[in-house]
Amino acid sequence: MIKTIMRTMIAVLVVLATQVSVSFAQNLLRIDITQGNVDPLPIAINPFQGQNDQPSMIGADIANVVKSDLNRSGLFQSINPAGFIEKDLRVNARPRFGDWRIINTQALVIGKVSNLEDGRISIEFRLWDVVAEQQMMGLQLISTPSNWRWVGHLVADAIYERLTGETGYFDSRIVYVDETGPKNRRVKRLAIMDQDGHNPRLITTGQSLALTPRFSPTAQEITYLSYANRQPRVFLLNIETGQQEIVGDFPGMTFAPRFSPDGQKIIMSLERNGNSNIYTLDLRTRVSRRLTNTLAIDTAPCYAPDGERIVFESDRAGRQQLYVMDADGKNVQRISYGEGRYATPVWSPRGDLIAFTKQLKGRFLIGVMKPDGSGERILTEGYHNEGPAWSPNGRVLTFFREQKGEKAGPGLWTVDVTGYNERPLKTPGFASDPAWSPLIR
Amino acid sequence: MRKLFRSSNIFVALGASILLAACAASGTGTSSYGSSKDESAVKELVRNVGDRVFFATDSAALSADARSTIMRQADWLRTNSKSLTIEGHADERGTREYNIALGARRANAVKDYMISLGVDGSRLETVSWGKERPVSLCAEDACWSKNRRSVSVIQ
Repeated sequence: MIKTIMRTMIAVLVVLATQVSVSFAQNLLRIDITQGNVDPLPIAINPFQGQNDQPSMIGADIANVVKSDLNRSGLFQSINPAGFIEKDLRVNARPRFGDWRIINTQALVIGKVSNLEDGRISIEFRLWDVVAEQQMMGLQLISTPSNWRWVGHLVADAIYERLTGETGYFDSRIVYVDETGPKNRRVKRLAIMDQDGHNPRLITTGQSLALTPRFSPTAQEITYLSYANRQPRVFLLNIETGQQEIVGDFPGMTFAPRFSPDGQKIIMSLERNGNSNIYTLDLRTRVSRRLTNTLAIDTAPCYAPDGERIVFESDRAGRQQLYVMDADGKNVQRISYGEGRYATPVWSPRGDLIAFTKQLKGRFLIGVMKPDGSGERILTEGYHNEGPAWSPNGRVLTFFREQKGEKAGPGLWTVDVTGYNERPLKTPGFASDPAWSPLIR
Repeated sequence: MRKLFRSSNIFVALGASILLAACAASGTGTSSYGSSKDESAVKELVRNVGDRVFFATDSAALSADARSTIMRQADWLRTNSKSLTIEGHADERGTREYNIALGARRANAVKDYMISLGVDGSRLETVSWGKERPVSLCAEDACWSKNRRSVSVIQ
């Protein structure tokens, strides 16, 4: 019965050994997240209690992270604790379901934090289906107290996964470009933060303009465009060590980099004599390979998650459109045929959709289409929306939105792939070019 | 690694100090005159010859005006033993990567025309700034048209 999952060196997830009730899994709560505009599931998340069922500061903090993650997903609506009837909840006791049904709760989370002798903390929690009066999940995590925020994300991921059947994405990060200074002298630095906007941290100095950061599949490295020495070149930055190297050192400018799904290659544009074509660079052998050969602008390449195909934008037919080709550059097919211009394609980590920026009648839209170009849907529209990036489970997109005006600047937003639940993602200042980390599990 | 991700929350304070340093150090302002110390040559290029040409939306085609400016630049290069960096720029109404490529296309259009006028290509470099360095900041074409430009800068 006890199952241990090593997530990292620090946290250990254990399925709680004691079942509080015998459960027969039938007609338990389930959120279908593919439909969009679902009524959020009412969930009661109690502050996790401390030793001897006393209130615990860290327990309340953890519960707040869980609440905030689940609420932001748009799939849950946490119930105000002021209305809770049953008090003194204990993680190892059955709740009084009637008390929770009266306040329209459907799911109930009860947790506890205890101090271990080695200074770490143990976090136990149970998820209850209030209507079926059954336990849906019971887990224990062990971590260091300073990682309470991370623990909250892990708990939220576990609840999200149990109730939606999808992989959670709360334990992930976003790299983006932090923007300061006036519009004509913008300073642009790379920054990294948790997916909910907490713990932002600058990772380049701002001495050179930094643009379009993208995570490696291990999330330990970033490839981006740097104007170091006023020469636009593709760089590789190790987040942990801060070490940097130029990977796009060719005659001509390199830009628009991304990793291949296996992390072995960087795909990017190389410009020579005004023409931009797509190349790959093998990071181990340093062998580069040309994939397109046109007099057009071929840029913004992105691999499919299986690494076998590449989507990119090109103006070879007159204006920006999306094309898909095999990983060796063969079999190029145009996939966008709608009105307007299509740019910045990104392949979903699930493989099922390609997100893009679309320019139409002076407006900038974010949309998705299937890899064969069918089923185009616009998710958001406005003066300027640009540069979508996928959450690791392929259910949410982040992008940046520019406001009109000299003093204005860009900010980050998220929207569900269904087009619902559009929300700003708070950053300390202006922010653009977001990219979401893969899951590190 | 985990510790590294989680540890710092000094974003705002660090941001402020680096911003000051960066403004003082970078020198990449509204107009970039490179590192030339020859101020009279810079003045002549900017005021008398004309250091920039303008482009239509999503185009690197050289207008008649643009061509006459480039001819004056080519003449100027015949009497001045300087080398130029041609910076290509785009307005803000495009996507980032495409605008970087478009700026390069514009800078190269200027370079190619100068070479056709007899300028030695080894005296000309190009760089694209995409939409990153606008000179006019309003959200109207009156400003955007000034940002769709190439600027020839003495190396």
